[in-house]
Amino acid sequence: MTSLEDKFEETKRLGLQIVRESEDERLMTLSVGPQHPGSGHFRFTIKLDGDYIVYCDPDPGYVHRGEEKMCEYRNFIQNIPHLERPVIHDSTNITYAYSLAVEELVGIEVPRRGQFIRAIASELNRQVYTLYWLAIYGIFLGHSTMFMWPTGDRELFIDLLEALTGARVTHAYNIPGGVRNDMPEGFRDRCLRQVHYFEKRLKEYEDIFYNNPLFRQRTEQVGVLTKDDAAKLGVTGSVVRASGIPYDIRKAEPYDIYNEIDFKVQYMKTGDSFARSYTPFLDMRESCHIIEQLLDKMPQSGEVRAKLQPNPKGPPGEAYRRVESGRGALGFHIISDGTPKPYRVKISVGSFRNILALPYLLVGQRLADMPAIYWSLNYWPVEADR
Amino acid sequence: MASYPQNFRFGEFVGSILWLVFWVLIIVTLVGLPLVFIVLFYVPLPPIGDEVLTPYLFLTMVVDPSRTIPIVEHLMTTDLFRVAVFPGFTYGALIGGLTIFIERKFLAKMQLRVGPLYAGKIEGIFQLIADGLKLIAKEIIVPSGADKPIFWAAPIAFVSVSAAVVTLIPVAPGWVVADLDVGLLAVFAILGFFPLIALLFSWASNSKYPFIGGLRALHQMIAFEIPFILSALSVVILSGTLNLTGVVEAQLQSYWFIFFVPISAFVFYISSLAELERIPFDLPEAESEIVAGWLTETSGMIYGLLQLGSYIKTYALAALFVVLFLGGWAGPQVFPQEFHTPLVDISPLYDPVAANATLWFTLKTFGMIMLFLLPRGISPRIRIDILLHTGWYKLIVLTFINMFIALALIYGGILGPGGLLVR
Repeated sequence: MTSLEDKFEETKRLGLQIVRESEDERLMTLSVGPQHPGSGHFRFTIKLDGDYIVYCDPDPGYVHRGEEKMCEYRNFIQNIPHLERPVIHDSTNITYAYSLAVEELVGIEVPRRGQFIRAIASELNRQVYTLYWLAIYGIFLGHSTMFMWPTGDRELFIDLLEALTGARVTHAYNIPGGVRNDMPEGFRDRCLRQVHYFEKRLKEYEDIFYNNPLFRQRTEQVGVLTKDDAAKLGVTGSVVRASGIPYDIRKAEPYDIYNEIDFKVQYMKTGDSFARSYTPFLDMRESCHIIEQLLDKMPQSGEVRAKLQPNPKGPPGEAYRRVESGRGALGFHIISDGTPKPYRVKISVGSFRNILALPYLLVGQRLADMPAIYWSLNYWPVEADR
Repeated sequence: MASYPQNFRFGEFVGSILWLVFWVLIIVTLVGLPLVFIVLFYVPLPPIGDEVLTPYLFLTMVVDPSRTIPIVEHLMTTDLFRVAVFPGFTYGALIGGLTIFIERKFLAKMQLRVGPLYAGKIEGIFQLIADGLKLIAKEIIVPSGADKPIFWAAPIAFVSVSAAVVTLIPVAPGWVVADLDVGLLAVFAILGFFPLIALLFSWASNSKYPFIGGLRALHQMIAFEIPFILSALSVVILSGTLNLTGVVEAQLQSYWFIFFVPISAFVFYISSLAELERIPFDLPEAESEIVAGWLTETSGMIYGLLQLGSYIKTYALAALFVVLFLGGWAGPQVFPQEFHTPLVDISPLYDPVAANATLWFTLKTFGMIMLFLLPRGISPRIRIDILLHTGWYKLIVLTFINMFIALALIYGGILGPGGLLVR
């Protein structure tokens, strides 16, 4: 099984065969989730031949909340708080894409200082999300210290965001036209101090986790997604960057202020679980540099929000804007019929694209590699179900 | 405000107390005393020193506590005391319980947390009691379709087998429950029961995840049994005996064996981790893969018993490491030769050699237990193919290297009878 087509054919053949030979005593069917410590709000059925996984069937949809339909009954501003529910750990980024699309529809320009504050909140929130993801990756591999350390350091960024937005997790900070409120006093110094501290901590993470020989043994050459396969499956974010494609929305289609920021797209070439787990780590390091740059280049005063009508509406039309979230490209396609409420909202999330690779990566691997591959796909079940 | 009930009447209160006293007196005189005399009449009581144990002797003990000393002294020579209290179950279970608390605090400090904090006011020292009470109070859920006799018997068997290992460990000179000539062999024979119990229990649970966990436990323990035994074999070569007390005495005559066979000690340590199913070898309980492994269907005190058993096993293997490699109870004398207490003189119970030996043995065992706990903070879980490869290839080769070193030490006249380093 080399190419994706072969794997696909093999999976289909096996699936058919397994349905036919459901009484086959060699195979054991395991339902992983939704009540399984290693699955999240998500289920996948796997078939085992001894210790090897021969078949995998992902089954998302346990936390479908109809966010897209809910958008049609609320106006553009009222949509903000409920749209961040799918990924409360990355709530600034999901409202970021929505705000960009609405701004394009309504036709307003965000003030420059507002754009900077948006980007800062977005980067801080990316750290919060990636730390949470890393914590779960640690505990999935049985490394309990790697669960506690990122969860503890995540509090630093949560405190920063609380000072900035007033809420710890669900910020509702990005709104069409800019951000809700200006930075508090002394935020810059506090932010820089904590980012510098966090850069030191990242070295310790690398020592205890990424350079651990047991961790390397468990993840290197496990679940390899080649460059071609990654492109064909359409995975995004850290997963596609780990397979050797330096694709980042912040570089590919720079939004707001990102074309003025100097940063490198971090990517790796191997495409195995180790690369997929290491790329978000590199992203965190890069995010620290971005935050420092943003704080330096930011105008010291000015408006943070463009004035809008109480019930903003634009001409009939449609807009599609996307941002780089913690899990990859996150896009909003909004169709407006000229009323204050959107006619249709479609959310395109990175999680759902990444999970498409799961059946191909799991087949042929051992049961013990299942968490290492599954969580390296940077998947957030609630976001995928929307 | 009145702090007593509104319908409180003093006369009723006094009356109820008198009523209670009346019934207690009636029951004691009519039932209790006859029972006591029946027991005294039919059951032959042992003589304590020069005196025969009678109810009157008990009464004198209440008045003069120093008269209990001979009784306690007599009790300490019985087998029951050895099995149930000192080198046996209670001692092992106490150290095991302390291990749980130390593990939680130690791990918490490594992970920048505080650990148990509230139960017992001071750093959560009563957390274990609170957890135990919670486990006792919880309902035991037996899955439908489970093989009930085995499901109930396996946890008890697990604790019993763990306690059986403890009986073979010599804690101080003369203080061992069963001083067998083939002690080391018996330890490994008993340890061979654990994979069997794990597999039986997982099979009896009638569930898929426990079944996978049980199979993993079986594979893992068999793969590590051989390096485990071979690493202990080099100690046997050096000491020339399988008797664990003899092993310690051989080390008292020369030096600790860890200085001669460090590779064996390392292999023994790694194999102990695998035997104990501790991280990085906790595959049978790998949470993110197979829920809780072979413990998935346990609940309430069944889980409590299995945990108790595994912590007693931790103590037993740490103690075995101390006996084999760290010189057992060897250590400088810190207790004074004479020890007198005011009021009640307990000096007949005081044995400076045994007290000293117990102190050093316990300290060394705790050091080893800390070493067993350490990998949990710094290491991820290993995969089963890497584990089997490690067990079958690498560790066995390492033990053979050290076995040849041990043989060379014996035949080179450095250790063994009349060796250079034998004092």
